[in-house]
Amino acid sequence: MKPPPFEYDDPGTVEEALALLAEHGDDAKVLAGGQSLVPLLNFRLARPERLIDVNNVGELDYLRVGDGALRIGALVRHSALERSDEVAAAVPLLRETVRFVGHVQIRNRGTVGGSIAHADPAAELPVAMAALDARFHVRSSRGERVVGADELFVTHLTTSLEPDELLTEIEVPLPEPGTGWAFVEFARRHGDFALGGVAALLRLDDRGHCERAAIALLSAAPTPVRAREAEGFLLGRPLDEQTGREAAALAVADIRPSGDIHGSSEYRHGLIEALTRRALSAAADRAKEAA
Amino acid sequence: MARNGVIGSSVPRKEDESLLRGTALFVDDVARSGTLHACIVRSPFAHAKVASIETAAAEGAPGVEAVLTARDLPPGLRPIPMRMFTSGPLNDYLQHPLARDVVRYSGEPVAVVVAESRYAAEDAADLVEVEYEPLPVVLRPDDAVAPGAPLVHERPGSNRAGGFTIEWGDVDRVFAEAALVVEERIECGRHAAVPLETRGLVAEVDRLTGVLTVFGAAKIPHVNRRILASLLELPEERVRLVELHVGGGFGARGEFYPEDFLVPFCALRLERPVAWTEDRSEHLRACNHSREQVHDAALALDADGRFLALRDRFLNNTGGYVRTHGLVVPGMTAALLPGPYRWPAYRCEVNQVVTNKTPAGTYRAPGRYEANFVRERLIDIAAHRLGVDPVELRLRNLIDRSEMPYATGTHTDGHPVVYDSGDYSRLVGLTLERFDRTRWLAWKEEAVAPRRRGIGIALFVEKSGIGRWDYARVEITSDGGARVFSGGASVGQGLETVLAQICAEGLGVEYERISVVHGDTAVVPDGMGAFGSRATTLGGSAVFRSAARLRERVLELASEHLEIAASDLIVRGDRVVARGAESRSVTLAELHELSRPARVLDRGGEPFLSEHDYFLSEDMTFPYGVHCAAVEVDTETGEVELSGYTVGYDIGRAINPVLVDGQIVGGVAQGVGGALYEELTYDEEGQLVAGSFMDYLLPTAGEAPPVDVLVTEDAPTPRNPLGAKGAGEGGAAAAGAAIANAVADALGAEPTRLPLTPERIVELARGAAG
Repeated sequence: MKPPPFEYDDPGTVEEALALLAEHGDDAKVLAGGQSLVPLLNFRLARPERLIDVNNVGELDYLRVGDGALRIGALVRHSALERSDEVAAAVPLLRETVRFVGHVQIRNRGTVGGSIAHADPAAELPVAMAALDARFHVRSSRGERVVGADELFVTHLTTSLEPDELLTEIEVPLPEPGTGWAFVEFARRHGDFALGGVAALLRLDDRGHCERAAIALLSAAPTPVRAREAEGFLLGRPLDEQTGREAAALAVADIRPSGDIHGSSEYRHGLIEALTRRALSAAADRAKEAA
Repeated sequence: MARNGVIGSSVPRKEDESLLRGTALFVDDVARSGTLHACIVRSPFAHAKVASIETAAAEGAPGVEAVLTARDLPPGLRPIPMRMFTSGPLNDYLQHPLARDVVRYSGEPVAVVVAESRYAAEDAADLVEVEYEPLPVVLRPDDAVAPGAPLVHERPGSNRAGGFTIEWGDVDRVFAEAALVVEERIECGRHAAVPLETRGLVAEVDRLTGVLTVFGAAKIPHVNRRILASLLELPEERVRLVELHVGGGFGARGEFYPEDFLVPFCALRLERPVAWTEDRSEHLRACNHSREQVHDAALALDADGRFLALRDRFLNNTGGYVRTHGLVVPGMTAALLPGPYRWPAYRCEVNQVVTNKTPAGTYRAPGRYEANFVRERLIDIAAHRLGVDPVELRLRNLIDRSEMPYATGTHTDGHPVVYDSGDYSRLVGLTLERFDRTRWLAWKEEAVAPRRRGIGIALFVEKSGIGRWDYARVEITSDGGARVFSGGASVGQGLETVLAQICAEGLGVEYERISVVHGDTAVVPDGMGAFGSRATTLGGSAVFRSAARLRERVLELASEHLEIAASDLIVRGDRVVARGAESRSVTLAELHELSRPARVLDRGGEPFLSEHDYFLSEDMTFPYGVHCAAVEVDTETGEVELSGYTVGYDIGRAINPVLVDGQIVGGVAQGVGGALYEELTYDEEGQLVAGSFMDYLLPTAGEAPPVDVLVTEDAPTPRNPLGAKGAGEGGAAAAGAAIANAVADALGAEPTRLPLTPERIVELARGAAG
């Protein structure tokens, strides 16, 4: 449980970090909160030659609301996101979601950017970000690009980030007023990686019919996935129990979750369907309250 | 006996100050200059021939002092012996400290790297090149005993390492003629004790005395000194084991493992202190597992629901080797499977089976957690089939208090099991009243789909005080207090507190003025340690007898000094006073001065106020209890929420009620783990998949239920002077049984396998609905 030897850098600015990545990117890993990387190092499952520790890059530690978006610096700790009343008011789904991330100690240390870049399909924030249509700002010494979840998440633990690129900001468009939200998951113990989970956003028109729906699934596929067919099905329909049941069935119609010792693919399929019903029901209640 | 009220009172723990202030000394805190660090190279294969081991690259790595393989160990080194429940044929299945030609589980030690730091040692361990030739793997005990199964040990030629049958009555005829037979395959999942502090050792040779000193002993320091001395071919006097603060044992920590030989051996060989602290991933692969049993069990009843016979044939998966416990675990299953009931006929066939998994040993309520699950599940299934209240069915079949002492017909290690005392039906009544079963029955009806609710009950008889003797010495100290030297061991259970309480009662000295020394073989000459709920009952009885003898000597000396008859004197607080004339007194500190050699030798007296004694119990004692669980089950997710939990436990006499409560609550938490969360899952190649705390799910504060504890003292044991029975294991013993019975009640299905994972719950719910 001791990491193999590695070189270590601790840049103080984004520019320095990008320069180091440009030079060593192929052989380096970025160390942020370390909640996934450090165990991988200690188990000797990851053996990078170099760690580029961005914990001193203070300019990446910010939360800003304005211009129709919440901007989250990549170094923001989960606990900062959790405690921010501004975030809770602007994007209440995020506070609801982040409380499912690990335990307090993990949230105090783990970063939003780290969770996104690690791209674990069982992680909560990537799923919430997918539901929220978040845009990911990625920089390198070559310049900056902005990508959506569909483009960022490639597969299990893999993003489209190039070796010299650094995720710097997550830009979350603010949901329109009246949007109902819910994040539900089931884990064997509180704080464990969930066996399944769902983030849902719903908004009603003045007749009480759904005019916007976003559903993202956790642990359903090698990346966070949007249930586009179910979303389309909901549009124009009243949000009652029967609709929710049909939408949930559609949401899981094409998923093939991978199984492990905590639950088979078949079990997870049924679980995610049940959780989707629950998420839609909770989000619909909130949307109705707001309407 | 004298009573000054210290026994039975929840005095503050003596251990707490150093633990809470962070000044305790655990083995990883031991710092010796010049210490080298060991890293064990472990087999990545579950079963393979070791074709060759190349160590040159590792030996040349920075900071490396030595790399040892089996070839570097003394020729003729014997395997690690069994220490109890030994059986001749099992000797063919013992483990050597380092694998020689074959590895038999993933995690088996094949080499040791010793280097300047653990970092350097782990880096070099990566460079040890072992060439393995994989062999077929067998993992399930029923596969292991099937014809044509790969042999884990070639020489003895069978994967059934040992076993025996206990039988009385005409079992086959009773089953043939019974009105109702319930027959099930019932399985308990492999899980483990997993103490908070992993194992660790620091070994050094004392330059002054040449004595090999090993810090980090636990549970049974004197027994392990004997084993280590014999393996090293040293006289016991040249070996000293020292127990420090211990962060939990639960049966697993403190047994003699390969590392307990390797680390001291390296210290002797290299003439430097050598330290090894097990990391958690090593611990999960290397330290004893437990509980994996497969039972084919059956219950025969007459039309009135009277138990006629219990029949069981079971396999205990002991993993790649037989370790120090020999037949303890399956033996205890067979011995206590009868529980608190009468059985006119009984047959239990015990099979100790080897497979390519980590070796197994004891874990809190070893063999009984499993046995209680099997028996209490069968009884509930029978109740459901008969349409009888499960509580009522149990009450019809309990052994009556008038039948005590009650010979069950079973035995442990050849010794008959004779229940000493108990009023089982009374405790059932008291516990159900405390649990408020009526209220929970109403609560059950209020469940809202997809959630369902159920309640379950399980009864059990525990045993305590195995290894029938222990040692203690008590002395008066120069500051007028007393010091106890005990052969017991502390694994965090509050040994010092309890022994000080017993000493205070036996001697009359204040609790606060008593200190307790244990676990250092150089200071305490002998002892049996802490396992099987024995430290209070046997260790405590030895202290009580020594304290009572010392009290006589103290009064004698005071009598001479005060010129008052000893019968008119009493020990009170820090002095001896005359009854009815308390101004006439002498302090214990003064008496200590008066007992110095120069003061007493001339008169032919014995210097110093000190008495030792051994206590030998005629037999074990048998506490008994009742678990009640209320569960709410989500039939879609498979979540099981423990809404209520009550344990009633009769332990004869509670020395410190708060510590007893703690024992029971902690035991329940561990029992919940085995019932719902913990499972050492292997893949088909024999790799432990649940190899870290990410996948091996211990219940946390979030999962452990609030436990309502009812401790009764209705049936003190006649088998020791305290009347106390051990309290360590009853919290775990029937948790799997009670929770499974509650789930059965909630779902209207019959679970027969632990742990009840969410997926199994969902399957059971679907099966019941379909």
